[in-house]
Amino acid sequence: MGKMVEIRWHGRGGQGAVTAAKLLAEAALGQNKYFQAFPEYGPERMGAPIQAFTRISPEPIEIHSNVTNPEIAIVLDPTLVGSIDVTEGLPNDGIVLVNSSEPPQEIKKKLNNQKVKVYSVNATQIALETIGKPIPNTTMLGALIKVTNLMKIDDAVEHVRSSFGKKFNQSVIDGNVKAVERAYDEVSG
Amino acid sequence: MAKTVALTGNAACAQAMRQINPDVVAAYPITPQTTIVEEFATFVANGKVNTEFINVESEHSAMSACVGASAAGARVMTTTSSQGLALMWEILYIASSLRLPIVMHNVNRTLSGPINIHCDHSDSMGARDAGWIQLFCENAQEAYDTTIQAIRIAENKNVHLPVMILYDGFIISHAITRLELLEDEDVKKFVGDYKPEKYLLDIENPVAVGSFDGLHGFYFEHKKVQNEVIERSKDVIVKVGNEYGKLSGRSYGLFEEYKLDDAEVGIVVLGSTAGTAKLVVDQMRDNNKKVGLLKLRSFRPFPAKELFDSLKKLKALAVLDRSSSTGSFGGPLFGEIRSAFYDGKNSPKIIGYIYGLGGRDVSLNDIEKVCNDLSDIVKTGKIKKEIDYLGVRE
Amino acid sequence: MKWDIKNIKNWKYNQHLEGALIPEAGNAEYYKTGGWRTERPVIDKEKCTNCLFCWIFCPDTSVIVEDAKIKEFDYDHCKGCGVCAVECPKSAISMIDENEFKKQENT
Repeated sequence: MGKMVEIRWHGRGGQGAVTAAKLLAEAALGQNKYFQAFPEYGPERMGAPIQAFTRISPEPIEIHSNVTNPEIAIVLDPTLVGSIDVTEGLPNDGIVLVNSSEPPQEIKKKLNNQKVKVYSVNATQIALETIGKPIPNTTMLGALIKVTNLMKIDDAVEHVRSSFGKKFNQSVIDGNVKAVERAYDEVSG
Repeated sequence: MAKTVALTGNAACAQAMRQINPDVVAAYPITPQTTIVEEFATFVANGKVNTEFINVESEHSAMSACVGASAAGARVMTTTSSQGLALMWEILYIASSLRLPIVMHNVNRTLSGPINIHCDHSDSMGARDAGWIQLFCENAQEAYDTTIQAIRIAENKNVHLPVMILYDGFIISHAITRLELLEDEDVKKFVGDYKPEKYLLDIENPVAVGSFDGLHGFYFEHKKVQNEVIERSKDVIVKVGNEYGKLSGRSYGLFEEYKLDDAEVGIVVLGSTAGTAKLVVDQMRDNNKKVGLLKLRSFRPFPAKELFDSLKKLKALAVLDRSSSTGSFGGPLFGEIRSAFYDGKNSPKIIGYIYGLGGRDVSLNDIEKVCNDLSDIVKTGKIKKEIDYLGVRE
Repeated sequence: MKWDIKNIKNWKYNQHLEGALIPEAGNAEYYKTGGWRTERPVIDKEKCTNCLFCWIFCPDTSVIVEDAKIKEFDYDHCKGCGVCAVECPKSAISMIDENEFKKQENT
């Protein structure tokens, strides 16, 4: 991708939306790209809807405004679809990627802007089966890479290995890697 | 060899503090500065630094402890934000008048109320007369770089003044971006050892610190000295900025000029908004509009003459203030820039904008509006509004 | 006098020490506070037992002692507070009006 990509993450406090946004930005570092990752600033409350943002660009990023027109919205919690407008500011050819057991066509019916491209992946289920916890954030990274081609899946996997390697034991690392790979394969749109 | 990393602005500054390895840090956490204190306290706990970390019960105590430690002869750093800086207020003046080279981050956050944790510059503008050097940073890289330079500026024997490093709360402090860190060894060499000349714990040459001048009345004389010294510090800021450039490839001065050479209209701004404004300047240039930008780094000392020389060829100039000096004629930056141009011949028309208060987002459209207003002034020769607001709901 | 401040009132702004430091201990001695006094302590050596209470209590170290005996008062610095006279267990110190004292001196 030649130009800057802007991504908005929707989640609930405690689901790891901020961590996911940061993880993606750090993975971009391995691609020698420039990036910004920042949460919607405010009191972070467990369970409350929250947003985080990632910008990725081949060139240094100088803008410090909010992300208001992202190309991609990622929804970590399926119950947010319909309760908040996850398509707000998205262009008609924008992408909405949802962690959900529902197929994309069903999700699209609940969106304000139904022209956007919708993808879904059951990241919570994948996370339960691979990591053993219903935390969908790293899993969604695999799906995101599939639908956007932001980077090669192998590079993302390598980044997950190195960044988790500092803090976690081998089974946690392997689980996360497996989650990323499965989401990459299983995302549908 | 420098290391490219992904860090928040606060984490970058905590890394700079680790590399500097100050003798004493006394700090109290406050949003959005908290993560600097957290990270640095971790370095202390893990033995990554030799610093004596003083847990204090307030920012007033933090700055008081810094003054005591610095007077005793230690290299001292601290960090704060907003209400914390306000609580330090009376001690800020003590630090500068005692000529103590304390280095402090103030992560810019508005002063309540209504209670607000987001960015604007009202906190540090409230301390602009406190006798501290104030250096504004655009991004995390500049905040990291300036932290390292600040030690050298503060401790320079022709300066001996405290330095405040300023960067935008959340926008810079909490955003992860790509930046380069120097090698630990290079930072250690660059900052060198601190060798105070006169200090409390020098038992061979005892001194009394914090004397009362009421009997003879030489307060006035000391204030004149402080004015001269901070004026002189301009040369040191530039010299250290250049020397740092040789080490890192990133040089610093009193301000940065962006496409000003042939510009007809220009914008002066502090902090992260400069980055956003550079994009707008580029867009304007694409449309053959001669727009330039001046990003002021050194607000104290205020380089009035240098700014005049840099901006005098413009036809119209907009000064953007991210703080409201309630009851004054425009924001603090506007007032000082305009004053710097009073004696100039054919000076540009100067307008001021108050923007971004309480963290209000600054969009490309906002800056575009400023450029268009400036173009209108050049066309018509008339100023519609001397002081205006940007992005307020009207 | 290590730190010559006799003429400090006339020092130019840049002659003062950086940060208003004071480079010499005990320099308060150079500042004569005896002129603040309206009454001066006078000791009756007949009554005095050299218990040194006055020396202990004097807030301006203006009771001068030699060989464990009261020698005299330092009138350059004594402010005439009268603590010594109050505390003296033998009432050996009396406070005399400065004007009276000067009259006595003249006659």
